[in-house]
Amino acid sequence: MMAEMGLVAARERATLPGTMRQRMHHMRYSGFRVIAEALRGHKGWTPAWRDPVPQAAYDYVIVGGGGHGLATAHYLAKEFGQARIAVLEKGYLGGGNVGRNTTIIRSNYLLDGNQPFYEFSLKLWEGLEQDFNYNAMVSQRGIINLIHTDGQRDAYTRRGNAMMMHGADAELLNRDQVRAMYPFLNFDNARFPIKGALMQRRGGTVRHDAVAWGYARGADSRGVDLIQNCEVTGMRIENGRILGVETSRGFIGAKKVGVAVAGSSSRVMAHAGMRLPIESHVLQAFVSEGLKPVIDGVMTFGAGHFYVSQSDKGGLVFGGDIDGYNSYAQRGNLPVIEDVAEGGMALMPMIGRARLLRAWGGIMDMSMDGSPIIDKTHIDGLYFNGGWCYGGFKATPASGWCFAHLLARDVPHPTATAYRFDRFLKGRMIDEKGQGAQPNLH
Amino acid sequence: MIINHPILGPRDAQEFVYLGDASLMNRPDTMTAGIEAFHDWLYTRDNPAGLHRELWYHEQGDRSWLVVTRNTLTHEITQVELARDVALALRRSK
Ligand SMILES: Cc1cc2nc3c(=O)[nH]c(=O)nc-3n(C[C@H](O)[C@H](O)[C@H](O)COP(=O)(O)OP(=O)(O)OC[C@H]3O[C@@H](n4cnc5c(N)ncnc54)[C@H](O)[C@@H]3O)c2cc1C
Repeated sequence: MMAEMGLVAARERATLPGTMRQRMHHMRYSGFRVIAEALRGHKGWTPAWRDPVPQAAYDYVIVGGGGHGLATAHYLAKEFGQARIAVLEKGYLGGGNVGRNTTIIRSNYLLDGNQPFYEFSLKLWEGLEQDFNYNAMVSQRGIINLIHTDGQRDAYTRRGNAMMMHGADAELLNRDQVRAMYPFLNFDNARFPIKGALMQRRGGTVRHDAVAWGYARGADSRGVDLIQNCEVTGMRIENGRILGVETSRGFIGAKKVGVAVAGSSSRVMAHAGMRLPIESHVLQAFVSEGLKPVIDGVMTFGAGHFYVSQSDKGGLVFGGDIDGYNSYAQRGNLPVIEDVAEGGMALMPMIGRARLLRAWGGIMDMSMDGSPIIDKTHIDGLYFNGGWCYGGFKATPASGWCFAHLLARDVPHPTATAYRFDRFLKGRMIDEKGQGAQPNLH
Repeated sequence: MIINHPILGPRDAQEFVYLGDASLMNRPDTMTAGIEAFHDWLYTRDNPAGLHRELWYHEQGDRSWLVVTRNTLTHEITQVELARDVALALRRSK
């Protein structure tokens, strides 16, 4: 029914004069609008973005219509006043990791190169829905990282202090405080007793698809061409400068090209002859049948890799480790499912009664130190954004903003100065876990 | 995934630890190769979508290192060799 209405609207639109078409796309969403449309049988809604035919050339071509690419285009137009921008997406907008993640946002990092960036991102989340006039269901429901040993308490105390020194919020909870929030947890597990938690109240969850849609609509309304079913298959580079990209819909010229393709980073940058400090790995996630409200925040188990929250529809959304071997398959294997289930059982045994509804996977751009890259390349006009590992959803607003900053001004944003390609050569790794050049351990 | 170990036969991949691209076996000579070559060896990867030759360590088995050829798009394993044999062949060809 909705799809049908969309089709009719698209057909009508095709016959409208240009100015009229423009106006339809500046429709503002509001509570009043929802009520007005309800009274009119929802006949006034128009598609949230156009479906334009690619032009011969743009000032900026962003490769990848995931969260980061769409946010980059939105901020390029809105905050940096740029025009003639296109986003090229090989499939449909938001069909990649932005629509596959477990929707957690937080800024609870330890290291200098990371924490200011993620705190900037969290601040952007806090104002995002007003910024792009879209309900992304930003829910600051609080995240706790559970503590099971004295050593872990020391480490989390240090982390909390580092967070506060960078202006973020952090609280150390004792066992009773955690018990008051989640009485059903397995506090007296002989091997992994719960001794407390590090809490960030401003952390939480966001409706992931709505983030892609909101940024898409924001960018489109400012004239950005969002071009779907358009795979980049090559790059035209002459005398060390990029001239544009070859695509499944023909050559598209560009003064500047910004690549933000997450798990496909190595494949796309290979078109420029580059070999990246990245491996692609699969990460799985799971959702249970809908249950009555039981977990109102986000929680991570500190003695195995398991984390969980509950969606507004009631499903327990949870996950754990990456599968651990190079993969582009977008599906994982059973051993990790078993491992995640064991983590869940150790933490909250009653989860064993819930039925699993769905499991899926996404391809992660795992970097050599577990931290991302937002940088120019050695090719003039070619810029790269990737290496987000399993934590790039929370980064979406800041990643888009900082990449737009770099593309428009050719200098890194102050919170992203450490995200350089050459940090491995210079020994300036940002390795939160201290694992070394072993992507499957980050 | 099942890895068909050349000596022990089919074994569950869970018995193994994954290291990464088999090119990690070709470590450049740090005294002569220069820092850039060493950086490229340690920190960059081809990361192909398709056939990938990779190192697996049989930690819960005979502690041998294997070179497994696997398709990263389908997870299908097409060849398994003892890393020792691969290394010896490599040395002979130098
Ligand atoms: C199961 C799972 C759980 C996760 N949980 C969290 C979490 O709780 N919190 C968190 O912060 N992060 C999480 N992440 C990580 C986060 O989802 C990613 O880091 C982030 O979404 C990556 O950025 P993106 O949105 O731009 O990627 P994507 O949405 O993958 O966008 C990249 C786009 O590029 C397109 N593309 C690829 N190749 C080409 C080409 N040649 N031409 C044109 N387009 C191309 C793809 O089709 C894709 O749409 C999770 C990821 C997964 C898979």
